[in-house]
Amino acid sequence: MDAHDQASELLPPAMGVSAAIRAGAHAAALAPALVLGASYVGFGSYVGSHGLGLDFALFNTFTAWALPGQLAATELYLAGSGLLAVALAVALANMRLAPMTVVMMPVVHVAGRAAWRSYAAAFFVAVTCWAMTMMTAPRLARADRLSWFIGCSLTLWSASLAGTAVGFYAAEYLPRPLTLALVFLNPLYFMLLFLQDLRDRARLYALVSGAALGVPFHLLTPEWGLLFAGLAGGTAAAALARRRRRIAG
Amino acid sequence: MTLPEFSPAGAYIAACVAAAATYFWRAFGVAIGSRLDLKGPVFEWFASVAYAVLAALVVRLVVFPSGELAHIPLAVRVGAAALALAAYALGRRSIFAGCLVGACVIALAAIWH
Repeated sequence: MDAHDQASELLPPAMGVSAAIRAGAHAAALAPALVLGASYVGFGSYVGSHGLGLDFALFNTFTAWALPGQLAATELYLAGSGLLAVALAVALANMRLAPMTVVMMPVVHVAGRAAWRSYAAAFFVAVTCWAMTMMTAPRLARADRLSWFIGCSLTLWSASLAGTAVGFYAAEYLPRPLTLALVFLNPLYFMLLFLQDLRDRARLYALVSGAALGVPFHLLTPEWGLLFAGLAGGTAAAALARRRRRIAG
Repeated sequence: MTLPEFSPAGAYIAACVAAAATYFWRAFGVAIGSRLDLKGPVFEWFASVAYAVLAALVVRLVVFPSGELAHIPLAVRVGAAALALAAYALGRRSIFAGCLVGACVIALAAIWH
């Protein structure tokens, strides 16, 4: 059984663009939007307490929506680094978006759809809406999947912009224990989100091996550790899943 | 309170560079991913790499956090994640319960400190 796509006769009929967008927005509303918004309160307060304007904070969340890269860009700009250093650091911090987008494309693909739609939608690929889409899309009609993703990500993007503004103005009023708890929500939420759907063996192996290799590879090379842990852990996990299937089959 | 009104032009240029460096990977992903077969081995490899990178990212955010969070002892951070997992499992796989418990542990540790 392929966990990424159910047999087409099991899929529901297409609900149409606006209904699919609303369904995606509904899935993202409340809990996911609150958690992501809270993470962006951390970003907004960081920008606010370091002398940059709200306009920068919002512009950054608007145009480069992916928290680790935003923090890297802001830190380096404040430290007076050159543009090349900013570009490299952000590229490195956000490299995970490449395999994520690669994997989402075949899931939401519809034969004959104009390529620009995929390129436009990819602007919104970020961990939360990606993980939610990977979990939900296989149960939707193919025609609805990209719309569902757009509804989900637009909701989370709006929550991120709102969180950025709240954090910017609340920076000096928020008690420190609360800000620390808000910042820590991000890894907690990601961790639990990935554990929601573990039917796919290859995915389980990948999560375990990536987690196990994360610390040693980071100690070896803080810049490249994430990428190496992903490549090594992911390759090992895919090989193990194939082997297991061959033995079972 | 005094807040800066507008950010300098240099900040905008840096933000544009950051936006380009971020979108680059997304566009790269579309270019490669649009040609992939959902059932092929290449897709499976990319999927494994994506989930492994994200698991490594979570571990890094907990074990090697940047900024203020680094002042909370490592044992507390790992303990908070473990308790969040336990709450998630006991709370019938409730992400909300897990997040709440984990965040409370961090907040209490920060108050205690």
